[in-house]
Amino acid sequence: MKIINLKINGIPVSVPEGSTILQAAKLANVRIPTLCYLKDVQCVGSCRLCLVEATGARGLVAACVYPVSEGMEVRTNTPRVRKSRKTTIELILSTHKKKCLSCPRSMNCELQKLALEYNAEEDRFGTDHDIKPIDDLSPSVVRDNSKCVMCTRCVAACAQQTIGAIGPKNRGYAKVIGSPYDVSLAYTPCVNCGQCVVACPVGALYEKSAIADVWGAIVDPTKQVVFFTAPSIKATIGEAFGLPVGTNAEGKMVTAIKQLGDVKCFNMDLTADLTIMEEATELLGRIKNGGTLPMFTSCCPGWVKFAEHYYPELIPSISSCKSPQEMFSAVLKTYYCEKHGIDPKNLYVVSVIPCTAKKFEVAREELGGYTDAALTTRELAKMIKEAGIDFVNLEESTYDTPFETASGAGAIFGATGGVMEAALRTAAYKLGGTGAPLEFKEVRGTQGVKEAEYTVGNAKLKVAVASGLGNARKVIEDIKSGKKDYAFVEIMACPGGCINGGGQPYVHDEVRNTIDLKAVRAQALYDYDKENALRCSHENPAVETLYKEFLGEPNSHKAHKLLHTTYHKRDKY
Amino acid sequence: MSQNPFEGTEGQMKDLLKSIKSHRGEAGALMPVLHDAQNIYGYLPAEVQTVIAEELNVPLAEVYGVATFYSQFSLTPKGKHQISVCLGTACYVKGSDKILEAIEKELRISCGECTPDKKFSIESCRCVGACGLAPVMIIDGEVYGKLKPDDVAGILDKYMKD
Ligand code: SF4
Ligand code: SF4
Ligand code: SF4
Ligand code: FES
Repeated sequence: MKIINLKINGIPVSVPEGSTILQAAKLANVRIPTLCYLKDVQCVGSCRLCLVEATGARGLVAACVYPVSEGMEVRTNTPRVRKSRKTTIELILSTHKKKCLSCPRSMNCELQKLALEYNAEEDRFGTDHDIKPIDDLSPSVVRDNSKCVMCTRCVAACAQQTIGAIGPKNRGYAKVIGSPYDVSLAYTPCVNCGQCVVACPVGALYEKSAIADVWGAIVDPTKQVVFFTAPSIKATIGEAFGLPVGTNAEGKMVTAIKQLGDVKCFNMDLTADLTIMEEATELLGRIKNGGTLPMFTSCCPGWVKFAEHYYPELIPSISSCKSPQEMFSAVLKTYYCEKHGIDPKNLYVVSVIPCTAKKFEVAREELGGYTDAALTTRELAKMIKEAGIDFVNLEESTYDTPFETASGAGAIFGATGGVMEAALRTAAYKLGGTGAPLEFKEVRGTQGVKEAEYTVGNAKLKVAVASGLGNARKVIEDIKSGKKDYAFVEIMACPGGCINGGGQPYVHDEVRNTIDLKAVRAQALYDYDKENALRCSHENPAVETLYKEFLGEPNSHKAHKLLHTTYHKRDKY
Repeated sequence: MSQNPFEGTEGQMKDLLKSIKSHRGEAGALMPVLHDAQNIYGYLPAEVQTVIAEELNVPLAEVYGVATFYSQFSLTPKGKHQISVCLGTACYVKGSDKILEAIEKELRISCGECTPDKKFSIESCRCVGACGLAPVMIIDGEVYGKLKPDDVAGILDKYMKD
């Protein structure tokens, strides 16, 4: 590889040939602002915010796309550069609905930050925008085009998911981002993954909020409110309070939830364990009885809706297990209510999830309507702030009984490959007995597609793991064409799995462009697993009790009724 | 999705599928196929865009994005009588926007649309080089100049009858 030497603001750096000025600047610790560029998502050089002066170039060049050359001298901080950036920001502001105070992104908005840094005036070019309609018909994602800055990061994120539910339409002044015609996102093949939301730099995209409903239930004297938190929340919620990415804040999170009001807080890692008991049993059953293989996981509602739109013929291959969210709610509204003499209609079940698709899932009729509200990590953080809770300085506490204990296998559900590894641990035990392996490192990591072959007991098991729907499509096409053949396939809609879900805290491009967000967050879960006394789902005593007292055994008639579901073909429009 | 009902024939669909087949697999197949579709149908009905999206395996949002970006494509059928109002600078200064508004009111459709009976469609255009006559509108190639909003109803009446 050829190495190129150049100087950025006088600082010498050496980078591989083909690097961009932006990449070189990072090595020199020089910050260049960006807006349309988002690592692993989009690199189009259209917003002109990253302009710099470079020798050998006529005019200013876009650092995010301009390649370095030998001996080049780059200046990122000249009056000309600063003026150009300021003007670009002011032009964006002239068509922006500047209602910052009540904006969901206020204090966490990339445009606000840029405006502040470059001393931009909000009205230098006047304010010239029409108020465009807000699309809030989707149960998951709200689009407010009056706030859109046309960076097209959402379009790129959706294209990467191979959905393309949104795109630029019309031309010139009338150009907006949206679905074809005036169709709401709710009536498109959108899978509700929210990858567009976490890609958006401003307040143009956010989740459909359930906060008001949850506050309402908390103060309602007839309601008993219970929360449960998904595996990945512990690894991400700290970010919303300024803790470093990758901090495990489980103890503080539980304390904070209990301080929201008279509520209980349970551990959803436990129903991840329950899912494994059901799913591993289903898989081994299919293998033994010659059922449909490969079996696909079913815990990601984004993937499930994707299959219903694009691969309805695969429906028999998808595990019939409900997601851990829906298993938990079903158990709460039946077993827990019976045990504690609560009328199910007075129990208000709130799930905290990393995911906008789970909001859609809550409303799926065939699931029985057991979940009352689903809050994203961001919404929970908002409620904690609204309640005046000093998160960072909280004491740690533990989940409430009887749903407090879970295994590390349940926790790693939040990272791509985690469901697979958890299932393998239990399958290996069931086929091979004690002494079976605990770690399946080949299915870990943030690559989009992972494959492995394991011998468990005396069976050979070929498996694949895909995260991101573009990668899922590749794996499925290979299976369909007969090129590949697996027994078990894990699919997560979000690249990297739920730790990178569409409901996770917003992370600015500046950070996303410099670290592997998915990997750092996932590491927190793998560390948590390692330190957990229980590593396998089948060792979870709470799950054992649940089967003993209520469900019987995995895949029993009762388990089928409460913990399993069906899927159906969907049209795209 | 579109306001004029789709009235495509089997023959038109056959031509469309033929065009799709001949371009499938090419990079940038969408443009020539949309072009052919525009020629076959005279416009790009929603139903046709959906077929193109499915057959070429591209998202409908992308088809629609291209169809609404290039002015050579139209999303609405052309009426029997095509009205074009000049919104070039000279006409605009002389109030051609008011003329357009009067036509829209008279026909109860917006610029870019076609009446349900397919008699009239309205579009706007840039300078037609008749600035001396500003404001100007053209119906089926015939130029009407020095218009006042009040003139509109009388002129349209002539076309209403046939
Ligand atoms: S939620 Fe996912 S599928 Fe829907 S528009 Fe956003 S990126 Fe596309
Ligand atoms: S909605 Fe957000 S991400 Fe999409 S183009 Fe607008 S500003 Fe960019
Ligand atoms: S990967 Fe996780 S966060 Fe993303 S859609 Fe699926 S369940 Fe939701
Ligand atoms: S042009 Fe470089 S970040 Fe937009």
